[in-house]
Amino acid sequence: MSTPDPIIKLRGIRNQFGRQVVHDDLDLDVYRGEILGVVGGSGTGKSVLLRTITGLQTPAAGSVTVLGTDVLHADGKTRSDIEQRWGVMFQDGALFSSLTVRENVEVPMRAIPGLDPAIRRMLADLKISMVGLPYLAGDKYPSELSGGMRKRAGLARALALDPDMLFLDEPTAGLDPIGAADFDLLIRGLSRSLGLTVFLVTHDLDTLHATCDRIAVLAERRVLVTGTMTDMLDVDHPWVHEYFHGPRARAAASETGAHREGRDE
Amino acid sequence: MGRIDLGLQAVSGKQVDLGRQGGAHFAISAGAAPEVLVLSGQLTIHTVTEARAAFDELSGRRITALDLGALERLDTAGAWALLSLQQEFRATDRDLALTGATEAIASLLKTVDGAMPKPETAETRPLTLTGVLDMTGRRVMGGVGFLRDLTAYFGIFLHRLARILRHPGEFRFTALVHHCEAVGLNAVPIVALMSFLIGVVLAFQGAVQLRQFGAEVFVVDLLAVSILRELGVLLTSIIVAGRTASAYTAAIGSMKMREEIDAMRTLGLDPAINLFVPRILALLLMLPILTLIANLAGLFGGGLMAWIDLGISPEMFRIRLVEGTDISHVFAGLVKAPFFALIIGVVGCHAGMQVKSNAESLGRKTSTAVVTAIFMVIVADAIFSIFFARMGI
Repeated sequence: MSTPDPIIKLRGIRNQFGRQVVHDDLDLDVYRGEILGVVGGSGTGKSVLLRTITGLQTPAAGSVTVLGTDVLHADGKTRSDIEQRWGVMFQDGALFSSLTVRENVEVPMRAIPGLDPAIRRMLADLKISMVGLPYLAGDKYPSELSGGMRKRAGLARALALDPDMLFLDEPTAGLDPIGAADFDLLIRGLSRSLGLTVFLVTHDLDTLHATCDRIAVLAERRVLVTGTMTDMLDVDHPWVHEYFHGPRARAAASETGAHREGRDE
Repeated sequence: MGRIDLGLQAVSGKQVDLGRQGGAHFAISAGAAPEVLVLSGQLTIHTVTEARAAFDELSGRRITALDLGALERLDTAGAWALLSLQQEFRATDRDLALTGATEAIASLLKTVDGAMPKPETAETRPLTLTGVLDMTGRRVMGGVGFLRDLTAYFGIFLHRLARILRHPGEFRFTALVHHCEAVGLNAVPIVALMSFLIGVVLAFQGAVQLRQFGAEVFVVDLLAVSILRELGVLLTSIIVAGRTASAYTAAIGSMKMREEIDAMRTLGLDPAINLFVPRILALLLMLPILTLIANLAGLFGGGLMAWIDLGISPEMFRIRLVEGTDISHVFAGLVKAPFFALIIGVVGCHAGMQVKSNAESLGRKTSTAVVTAIFMVIVADAIFSIFFARMGI
């Protein structure tokens, strides 16, 4: 699993808002091709970490290295090149409300010089179809879609330029269990077939079980521990133990266990 | 022509570079057999436009396979271009094999193949005479429905007002005071300033015209009649419509959006008593007072200008005003204020309740409320003018 060269490397990250320190001396590596799930209690700065890597939040100290480039000190050109290689899906899709879904997906593609508008349109249709939306959803405005469809449309926009890295903020929050399970499968399928590296912030134990190769637990202002689901069960920290041994965790584990057995038969 | 040459060269065995965008490089060259073409370089979103133009040339040729073995990089855009070409071949009963793909490329092709969009078109109705009539009818009925809705809201307001007269305990007096402050007191500076300036402008413009006849002193009558009868109340109402109708729609609309109004209903609280009555009542009380302030400020502005520009002393202005202006002008202006207040309040509250669960509809309804309120105030003013003229007031 772990190749020696991380695609994203965080070292000594410190984030604070006023007096409240969210991260202090935080280190994290994300390896190429893996799906990393980031979990933690409320207020442990999971989303802040995502925003730090994607440049929406400048840390007070530390370095962020993406694809071998120090993004905090990169010039504008290098930064925008790197920005084209990642896609971000925000919690509620964050679609531009004045544009249709298809136009939303076309927005990142407009940055490609010489791309024919007709081809751009057809590629947008392809992305819409890849995330499992019906063809006619492309003509709709975000306000006409359900929450789950907005998330899918947000994913289609994040995938518009075939990024190497995909950042997902709470991808299954607010979805019903069936919709959430579909979304888990979609993320796993796309990341495998497109060779994506996925950084996934979540609360959802089912998502962790179903999609993630590796899990990073945020607690005590840093990444407390990383490892596979099995590793997590042996961690001797009160919050981690409670999280992975609670009644919901057991339910999620038995469900995926049953799934896997079903598949083996 | 250039593209055709490229295609011919490709088949004759010479390698052709097609894409040079952004440093990306993509080429088509002839393979071992004449029916097999070899793709090399990067077939990505950066080169897809050129690649597709080249594929268009290929679609008429006798080719049976594309060798992908030399491709360095393929993304979904490239995979889409390859698969669309394959579909075109299949549409004419030929096959196009995509050979030599690495495992990663094959998995990508499989994913994209499973997701190739199948265009559907939404049902569009052709524009016919009946269609136009139908649409016009719906619009008219929509307008009628809107007026009926407004009347219904007015009825609800009157009903709840009667109810709290019988059960004063249900009335939220604090809310009324709060809204009176927001609607009335806080609007005093802008209303007074605007009216003062209108008075100045009227006096100045009137003086320029009246001086030609040596009738400067009639500027006082001009000011008194126009401000007291029309401008004072009308301009105040327009400002209040802009300030307050929008505020009511935004406040009630955002409560509607966050389901606060549904929560009130489940708790047995009547939104009409708790939200509409204090707001509309506040307007009903405050608009006449604001109108009075506007009248005074307008006369003061006009008087000041008359003094500076025409040399009509304040004392002379006062005498002329009292002697030459009938008190009915003041009445004719002030009596309109409560009606305008009701229009603004009802329109604002009604628009707020029409807000759906998204932020766009809140913005749209807020601006609709302002436009509707101003429009209806002006229409009502016109009706009053005709009525007063007929009655000889």
